[in-house]
Amino acid sequence: MGEGIQYIKMKQITLSHGSGGKLMHDLVKDLFLKNLDNPFLAKLGDAAVIKFKGRKLAYTTDSFVVKPLFFSGGDIGKLAICGTVNDLAVSGAMPEYLSCAMIVEDGFSYDDLEKITQSLKTACKYAGVRIVTGDFKVVEKGSADGIFINTSGVGEVFENADMAISRIRPGDKIVISGTIGDHASAMLLAREELKFKARISSDCSPLNNLVSSIICKDIKFMRDPTRGGLATTLNEISLTSGYNIAIEEANIPIKKSVRTLCEILGFDPLYMANEGKLIAIVSQDAAANVLLKMRRHALGKDARIIGEVKKEKDKKVYLKTQSGGSRILDMMTGEQLPRIC
Amino acid sequence: MKYIDEFRNLDIAKKISRLINKEAEGLEPVKFMEVCGTHTMAVERFGIRKTLPENIHLISGPGCPVCVTPKNYIDKAIALTTLEDVIVFSFGDMLKVPGSNSNLLKQKSKVRMVYSALDAVEFAEKNPDKRIVFLGIGFETTAPTVGASIKYAKKKRLKNFFVYSGHKIMPPAMKLLAKDELINIKGFLCPAHVSAIIGLRPYFEISEKYGMACVIAGFEPLDILQSILMLIRQVKLKNPKVENQYNRVVKTSGNKEALRLIDEVFSVKDSEWRGIGNIKKSGLGLSKRYAEFDVEKNIELPEVKTKIDKGCICGSVLKGIKIPADCRLFSKKCNPENPQGACMVSSEGTCAAYYRYKL
Amino acid sequence: MCLAIPMKILKIEGDKAVVSSSGVRRNIGISFMKNIKPGDYVIVHAGFAIEKLDPVKAEETLKLLEEII
Repeated sequence: MGEGIQYIKMKQITLSHGSGGKLMHDLVKDLFLKNLDNPFLAKLGDAAVIKFKGRKLAYTTDSFVVKPLFFSGGDIGKLAICGTVNDLAVSGAMPEYLSCAMIVEDGFSYDDLEKITQSLKTACKYAGVRIVTGDFKVVEKGSADGIFINTSGVGEVFENADMAISRIRPGDKIVISGTIGDHASAMLLAREELKFKARISSDCSPLNNLVSSIICKDIKFMRDPTRGGLATTLNEISLTSGYNIAIEEANIPIKKSVRTLCEILGFDPLYMANEGKLIAIVSQDAAANVLLKMRRHALGKDARIIGEVKKEKDKKVYLKTQSGGSRILDMMTGEQLPRIC
Repeated sequence: MKYIDEFRNLDIAKKISRLINKEAEGLEPVKFMEVCGTHTMAVERFGIRKTLPENIHLISGPGCPVCVTPKNYIDKAIALTTLEDVIVFSFGDMLKVPGSNSNLLKQKSKVRMVYSALDAVEFAEKNPDKRIVFLGIGFETTAPTVGASIKYAKKKRLKNFFVYSGHKIMPPAMKLLAKDELINIKGFLCPAHVSAIIGLRPYFEISEKYGMACVIAGFEPLDILQSILMLIRQVKLKNPKVENQYNRVVKTSGNKEALRLIDEVFSVKDSEWRGIGNIKKSGLGLSKRYAEFDVEKNIELPEVKTKIDKGCICGSVLKGIKIPADCRLFSKKCNPENPQGACMVSSEGTCAAYYRYKL
Repeated sequence: MCLAIPMKILKIEGDKAVVSSSGVRRNIGISFMKNIKPGDYVIVHAGFAIEKLDPVKAEETLKLLEEII
């Protein structure tokens, strides 16, 4: 059948293509970039940075297909706002204007739609953004699962933001703003089929204010570790920058309950989605200071320095485990859980 | 986590490793086998192999119940989902195991994942218009949980709950492996929680008849390391016996209630192990008394044509004759995103463990 | 297969118990466990308690390990 090494010709798109892992990356590269290529898209950043009449604007889009729609710590509406706000924030921009398009299934509950709209309202207020344009469509029963939401957003890049993967250098520190795996764990619990209970809520939150309190030229790059988790995001950074990354398991903040749930179910928290966290690559000398500023903010109180960029260039991410061993963290393969964002 | 973290103490682990290296000095190269999916994962996750001296080899055997489930079982389970009012319930691990043409996950709403067989029974209770088939996969640790669930179904007089039993028992497979001169193992790290159910007795014959050193090992790194030390000492003293390192959980007589339950609900039969072949008296089918819950006696299983695996050497990997790196498909055509064999799909599979924790 | 970890029994109701570990809770079956009470640690697998953990033996094992030179 002519299969090459590491590549199989796919005839169908599968759930694995949407999980944020390797398959999706390959698809974006081999289909979308190949056909739609331009310098903005090629950067594959969380947002595109466009120059507009002397100003730098960041522009992004995201679709939300989370299931179930309501979970501890939020719902699809809150997610839709925070997701886009955060893509802009980690691109070094202050989000201002959002669009919101909904596709709803025939028979969807009005009460639920109202709840979701209230969540959109609350989230916008909290993030300081406005939905300025929208769209609403209804499709036949079975053609959409309840409701799908797409939001796109635009905001001006901070004056003192100077972020580019190309700025990353060996010795740069990797800072995470808080505990990992909260959102994915909350989704796992919300699905109820596993029948576990725990006081774990999604960490879904807008990060723009946190970013604005720490942004400076020493921050070389930021990303929010959503689908695919921390491990996947670090792999993306390693792949694009070319440098190895080394992190220490003992330094990674994780809630006890999240760690236990993962242990019971055999999930790896490093690959679990987060919706209110960011990773910042900071120059060595400024890392302690950035950490301090992060910790002053409510959304950064558990921030830690978890590792650093190495000078070796195998494009691999290494984890020093708590038992003294070392392990390679690959990009997420397959999907641990479908539809958690 | 209490009773877990303490047994992951890095300093103590290093001390035991040093002692292992010291005590193994001068020993002829020796192979031990672990036969428990959780051991496979723990060994990889905590990098235990790297701490062992050159002459001590720890190989992974068929300890993953999902991995040894025949492809035909998967094909039949998928075929069951095509029956109109049937919903198949399964443990999560089974969902992505490749059958001949598809896997269970692709059957969408006709397949539901559960953490416990009891959840499937409770669903059957609440949905009398549906026929619920639970995929009973697992060794002696899992069988009593499925047995208890079946008993509950009987108590509630459910007519719409069935089990497709693919349960297997460990000792016959261990005997086969102990006998195999090609594999040539000198001892076993015996499975932790299977032993909690079956106790020590089933291992006596393996130890006496085949001269196997046997240590029942907990699954934290300190347990595994201490157990390896105990195995080495047995070999050095030329005194193979059955020892219980995991005595904080495993009782010599096992869990008598659980064994009674297995005896009542199941009966031993011959069983097909994927990659290994038929092993006599190594499987559990539903007993006559519980035949009303046996899917094979109550639902006409559609005809299936099972394709043979090409290039996949899971069988040899499962017997510990080959390691994943020996397989020409490993990490190329076969990876967690696109598994060709069961060893890669199951989270406890040897190939999945190697892939996930490779260095 | 879902793994098995020690969890603490919070309460017992007939054939079932509520167990917890670090804030994660579940209802589980205890139909093949004898002589267990709230406060005991049990090994939980596939929604059932499969054995009790003996804290005395656990301490002994740890002590033995700690004393390795």
